[in-house]
Amino acid sequence: MIIEDLTERIGEWLRGSGPESDIVMSSRIRLARNVADFPFIRRCSDIDRANLEATVRDSMKRHPRLAELDYVNVALLDPLDRQFLVERQLISRELSEAEGARSVAIEKEERLSVMINEEDHLRIQVMHSGFDLQSAWERINELDDQIESQVRYAYHQQFGYLTACPTNVGTGMRVSVLVHLPALVITQQIDKVFRSLQRINLVVRGLYGEGSQAMGDFYQVSNQITLGKTEEDLVRRVSEVVPVLINYERKAREYLINENQHDLFDQVSRAYGTLQNAQQISSEETMHLLSRVRMGVNLGLIGNVEIPTINKLFVHTQPAHLQKLTRSGTSNSQRNIERANYLQSHLRPRPDSSEHN
Amino acid sequence: MKCQKCEKPATFHITDLTVEPLLALHLCPDCAKQYLQPEQAALPAPTTSSVIDKQLKLEQTAEELKELDSKSCPVCGVTFFEFRQAGRLGCPHDYDYFQAELEPLLLNVHGNTKHVGKHPRRMPLEAEVTNAVIQERRELRDAVETEDYERASKIRDRIRTFETGARDGDRDFGDSGSRHAGGEDSGREEHTA
Repeated sequence: MIIEDLTERIGEWLRGSGPESDIVMSSRIRLARNVADFPFIRRCSDIDRANLEATVRDSMKRHPRLAELDYVNVALLDPLDRQFLVERQLISRELSEAEGARSVAIEKEERLSVMINEEDHLRIQVMHSGFDLQSAWERINELDDQIESQVRYAYHQQFGYLTACPTNVGTGMRVSVLVHLPALVITQQIDKVFRSLQRINLVVRGLYGEGSQAMGDFYQVSNQITLGKTEEDLVRRVSEVVPVLINYERKAREYLINENQHDLFDQVSRAYGTLQNAQQISSEETMHLLSRVRMGVNLGLIGNVEIPTINKLFVHTQPAHLQKLTRSGTSNSQRNIERANYLQSHLRPRPDSSEHN
Repeated sequence: MKCQKCEKPATFHITDLTVEPLLALHLCPDCAKQYLQPEQAALPAPTTSSVIDKQLKLEQTAEELKELDSKSCPVCGVTFFEFRQAGRLGCPHDYDYFQAELEPLLLNVHGNTKHVGKHPRRMPLEAEVTNAVIQERRELRDAVETEDYERASKIRDRIRTFETGARDGDRDFGDSGSRHAGGEDSGREEHTA
């Protein structure tokens, strides 16, 4: 079963490599596409949904490259496995919580996934580690062509690719970067930065998309406009703002080091100490403290833990991951104990071993 | 340390990086809040339905809006009211059928009403044909609901003929042409098993 294989691995986007990866965690692009001869999802009957899911899946499998993907029937998954795929960023909360026939095709390296029967018939996404939007665009453009060779898309001469929601019409494209901005949060600059992004039509969301909380100081910055600009333009618009964000965050980090180095070192060390020694800890507190430690490692304040380990812990300490990894129960208090144990086993130095976790 | 703007203790130590030279401030919680959020903190992006509502109320009288709301797409049956409530359209044809209402909305959201990006490599199917198939699918649902299985079977045949034609016409990749199992539409269980 593919879900069990995924549990032990980490996704490519968590590698912690790629350009500017101390601040830009991942670069993601998604395309919304619909099949021309079906109503949009909201007007689909149960029969339509089942037919649509089967038609798209079978059509994709006829392409030799797309046949290599793993196809997961989301409708048959239990809630734990669905939540697991959400935490992994392979499916959206909307697809997880929807009803009726729906599925997702996933690449082994987890750089791409294709959701079938989400808000649109197809939601295609590509996610690369670090600040790497250009290669993500090249990959998704190729993938879109491969699917289009098998599936007849709803396309309009004037409006472009038609989508269920008019806010996505045209290119159907959302370009986003997942950025880690702890110093801007600590120095209370973050709201100001976001207001200026909104003024240039960029949207800021939390880690898990629309409406989600900004957990662990991670933010997704993406384009709002999808119509009247070329795909390359949209990639450029988001790409141009990233160096500015990186610069602000670096300035804030520099300031914290120069002005309050003891405060900062103290905060980071306490966060690290808590993660190493806590006996029970919630998911929220874990995210908050891991964020501090991640910045501390990137600033050279903490030496004996690697960034990929921290990145992995962000995802592995989420409720569904933890439950699957530790085979713990479903109660919160039990999970909080298991989470503390899991963190200890990854962050406590082992006296008899010099290797990193 | 006292707040630089009042007498209360300064617990917020702020560095404003958006000005040159950098500005260091030591403020109490109240003054800090005021400094950091002169206007209301960033609001979440407005939902589609709220944008539509706002726009329509500006442009239509209550009576016009009532008439518009009852307008229903001949292909999928979605009413303008349903679209306004949910912010989601019912089928591709809605973009033509509600074009006059959608264009101001698109202009508001995107600042544009014309797509300039990528297009499919193959010629899109004729809208007339795909609209007819969407209507057939609607009729199929009705036939199944009223247990008119004879009619349902005839509709299925017509949909299948279309699907086979659409799939096999203008193909880029080799295929034996044999009917794939997923096209059978006798029930959801079969596909999700």
